[in-house]
Amino acid sequence: MQALLDILTNHREVAMSLAKIVAVLAVLLPMVAYSVLAERKLSALIQNRVGPNRVALPLIGGIPILGPFLTRLGFWQPLADGLKSFLKEDFTPAHVRKAYFWLAPALALVPAFMTMAVIPFGSFLGRERMVLADLNVGILYTFGIVSLGVYGIVLAGYAANSKYPFLGGIRSSAQLISYEIAMGMSVVPVFMLVGDLNLSKVIAYQSDGLTSWLVFKQPVAFVIFMVAAFAETNRLPFDLPESETELVGGYHTEYSSMKFALFFMGEYSNMIASSAMMVTLFLGGWTLPFFGLNATPNEDGAIWMGLAHIGIFLAKVMCLLVVFIWVRWMLPRFRYDQLMDLGWRRFIPLGLANIVVTAVILFLQAKQ
Amino acid sequence: MIIKRTELSWLERMYFPTLWSGLRVTARHFYDTLFRGGRVTMEYPEQRWTVPEGYRGAPYLVKDAEDRTKCVSCQLCEFVCPPKAIKITPPGPAVDPTTGNVEKRPREFEINMLRCIFCGFCQEVCPEEAIFLMKDYSLTGLSRKEMIYDKEKLLSLGGVHNDQIRKWKKKEAEAASQEAFKPE
Amino acid sequence: MSTATAANTETKPPAPAVETVRVKVDGRVVDVPRTLPDWQGKPQPTTMLQACAIAGAEVPHYCYHPKLPIAGNCRMCLVEFGTPMMGPDRKPVLSEDGSPKIARSVLPYEPGTPRGAIACATPISPGMEIYPSSPATKQMREAVLESLLINHPLDCPICDQAGECKLQEYSVEHGQAESRFAEVKVHKPKQVDLGPRIMLDDERCVLCTRCIRFSRDVAQDDALGIVNRGSHNSIAAFPGRQFDNNYTLNTVDICPVGALTSKDFRFRMRVWFLKETRSVCASCATGCNILISSREESVYRYEPRQNDAVNACWMCDSGRLNYKWIGREDRLLNVRSSRSGARAWAAVVAEIAETLRSAPQGSVAVIASARQSTEELYLLKKLAAHLGALTDSVERLGEGDGFLVNADRNPNTNGARMTGICFTEVGIQIPKIAQGIRSGRIHTLIVFGEDVTRHGIDSETLSKVSTLIVSDILPNETTRRAHFLLPGCAYAEKRGTFVNAKGRLQRFLKAVEPRGEARPEWEFLQELVHQVTGENLGPGFEALFNRMAKDVPALASAGVEWGKVGDLGAPLTL
Repeated sequence: MQALLDILTNHREVAMSLAKIVAVLAVLLPMVAYSVLAERKLSALIQNRVGPNRVALPLIGGIPILGPFLTRLGFWQPLADGLKSFLKEDFTPAHVRKAYFWLAPALALVPAFMTMAVIPFGSFLGRERMVLADLNVGILYTFGIVSLGVYGIVLAGYAANSKYPFLGGIRSSAQLISYEIAMGMSVVPVFMLVGDLNLSKVIAYQSDGLTSWLVFKQPVAFVIFMVAAFAETNRLPFDLPESETELVGGYHTEYSSMKFALFFMGEYSNMIASSAMMVTLFLGGWTLPFFGLNATPNEDGAIWMGLAHIGIFLAKVMCLLVVFIWVRWMLPRFRYDQLMDLGWRRFIPLGLANIVVTAVILFLQAKQ
Repeated sequence: MIIKRTELSWLERMYFPTLWSGLRVTARHFYDTLFRGGRVTMEYPEQRWTVPEGYRGAPYLVKDAEDRTKCVSCQLCEFVCPPKAIKITPPGPAVDPTTGNVEKRPREFEINMLRCIFCGFCQEVCPEEAIFLMKDYSLTGLSRKEMIYDKEKLLSLGGVHNDQIRKWKKKEAEAASQEAFKPE
Repeated sequence: MSTATAANTETKPPAPAVETVRVKVDGRVVDVPRTLPDWQGKPQPTTMLQACAIAGAEVPHYCYHPKLPIAGNCRMCLVEFGTPMMGPDRKPVLSEDGSPKIARSVLPYEPGTPRGAIACATPISPGMEIYPSSPATKQMREAVLESLLINHPLDCPICDQAGECKLQEYSVEHGQAESRFAEVKVHKPKQVDLGPRIMLDDERCVLCTRCIRFSRDVAQDDALGIVNRGSHNSIAAFPGRQFDNNYTLNTVDICPVGALTSKDFRFRMRVWFLKETRSVCASCATGCNILISSREESVYRYEPRQNDAVNACWMCDSGRLNYKWIGREDRLLNVRSSRSGARAWAAVVAEIAETLRSAPQGSVAVIASARQSTEELYLLKKLAAHLGALTDSVERLGEGDGFLVNADRNPNTNGARMTGICFTEVGIQIPKIAQGIRSGRIHTLIVFGEDVTRHGIDSETLSKVSTLIVSDILPNETTRRAHFLLPGCAYAEKRGTFVNAKGRLQRFLKAVEPRGEARPEWEFLQELVHQVTGENLGPGFEALFNRMAKDVPALASAGVEWGKVGDLGAPLTL
């Protein structure tokens, strides 16, 4: 204990990193929970339903107007959902491969959290950079970690030792590998423009007003990245690994209780991570080209400025989350051959073309 | 049968019209639900559904206007019941003078509401109009035993059926008005 | 047809070539015997109804019954028919193609209208054509049925006959969906107490008089008649008389409607729930063939099953009502050995086998019951022969009535004699067994299905037996004293055969499951014989029966096999 305190006091960097990790998780986990609620509420509204509106807390529920309002909103539903996940029977079928069966949910969740490490979610707060690890090869790290996510799903499909999860796992591996290529292709032009792989530099590049946002400079790359992100997160219209009409529950058919909840959290964490990536790469990160909020504050900048940047970042992420959710209730599922066709025959050539065109334009610009 | 797929235009193959119409439809519903009261959900325990005429809910026994159990224990419903939910104990050979000219009424009549599938065969087959599928649709109990409704319970839930024909009463009146030639 | 064959082989010399008459039924040519036996077995001219039955055309009828004199009063069997036309020269008129012209029966004063004749009482003549499905016949049936239903109360929901009611069946086949009768129905007495076992509902009666003819001619206890006039006609017992003989319940069977109902079966179960099992009555040595009606493992009634060699269509009331003990509450349910305290079949049977193996020759005696199946008696005899045991059975005598009730009230006395359990005189060994016990020579007694304390071995003698092995169905003094108690089955709960007083081997089948732990006696006896003698008589019941059929001389000479005995039994030469 003493040794730990020593390290913390003597090595300020470590202490601050730990604090930031805790803070990021403290924001990320409720975000996961509430994006589930947002999903349920939005789908309800799109389908002329009510959505969760029953869970009330004993004391807060008694506050006039606010209490019933929060209840109708389903504000406490995530608590109930979480509690339910813990209380349900954790059933392990007899035929599963136990070690992998237990490992898979963790493997599905961890990469999603790890992606958050390199994302700059704010400018400065005091003298502290609002990024967990300001890597020079941030995007490479991201791709490396994201490709690990498939192991959780494949392992779940294999460990369950029954046919539908197995099919789900196979579909998933093929799908993730295909779309990772398209995704990788799509971001190459971005870095050609920026000239750096560090994500903070990408944001700095985009801080020259709305026109400098890469979504406008590289719309094709943005579209490819976004679609690939849907596929990578197994969201509709690309949720073939768990397509319930064909595969019961896909790779998580045999899972219940908290283990199932981990898969569930993994999916939403992935959504948040993808959204954060898109915000960083294409939508100007924590900058906003109004009220002077796009200026990179120096190390002694005002605290409110730092907080505002974090707020801006989170707001942009939430907007993208809404897009994720909305698309789910808007589009039907792709057929598997259509999915593969879209990935391999449309997006990869398109991404390659995008690289070539960008390169040519850059070459011509440099010549002038 | 092979359905010929319509040829998609270039634009359609880009998915953009689909995306646009999907967005339009979902947005319209979203707006309707949020601002124009387009909700279709019925919030069950508080809001109750008006049971339509001819709805097939739980089957109950009825009495006639004179408080007579209409069932005569013919056991046709027991016979016709597809899930074997009905169990009738016939009265046995002892002559029961309280039954009058009907002669017969069930000693016990049980419907296992857990087995009942609300098909209405019992009502359809009943020659005495003694059993009706009523409007109860929400049957709950704390034990399996509780869900086996006995004669008392079925009769009290079924209430009175105002039968206009009154077959047995009519027979009784007819017989009383005739000169009976007793063999002795 | 097998009925007639069996009857013939037993009672008559081979019949001479049958003289036949050629008639046409619905256009089909059939050759029918000129005469057929009537209800008493005397040859009588064949009727149109019988000719139609031979041709496979069913003619609906209420009053006609093959075992009763013909009355011809219900008119349901009216059929249109035709006879060959005769010319003035008393020769058949031929049509152009050479076939005889047929004159259809018509009303004499109205030649366009077909005239029917009652098929049950009209004899056939050569060349006759019968039209049991012509439009005119159908119309006549509809009219008769409508007339019969005029005053019928239509109270099928409360009528015990519903489901086996000829009125219902014919209404479905030949009736009209709606009644045209707008007037008030005539009401007659209901719930009339005819006798101790019969309830009458006069409104339902179609006045076929089957019950009257049965009690007058078959039961020979003339007790019923028709009283009142016109539409007030009703069946009644003669004034001051009860309808009470030992055959009254047969009138319930033959009553085509629900007028006569059994007080015993009244309102106890609807007939369509009942499963019918072919069996044999065990109340006396006659061995009337019966159907056991059961539902959900309880027996509801016995009904006679036609077997012309034994009981025709009848059975006595005392036998019919003798089923209630099968469902008695105090049935023996558990197997036990009071020596070791064992309570499982395998352990108890093994323990008995051990005891018997170590018993010296001649120290065992067997008292079996002639109420047991032949197979069980055979197995007991096997056991006894191996142990050098004295065997006997118990005589049970009553009064015979010269019709169906036999003086011997054991159903299988001949089976016991045949297998060697007892001699022609039943029970003569019992005093010897009692003497043997008292002298200490016999110290193991095997008792099956009898309370020996009431049949020659008093409880004091019984207490001297060191090993008492008892199998029974209901508790009694002997079962209370048993060292080994083996609960057995009623004959309705197992398969087996009885040999009746005339030496007819008859099968009975299993109608209900045994109560509690009870097992068929043949089953555990087979195991016991195997363990004691080393001889395996299985596997299963049929193998046991077929083995017995080879071993027992009377059966071997008749060449019977389980599969060949048939529902009507096989005659043996004893």
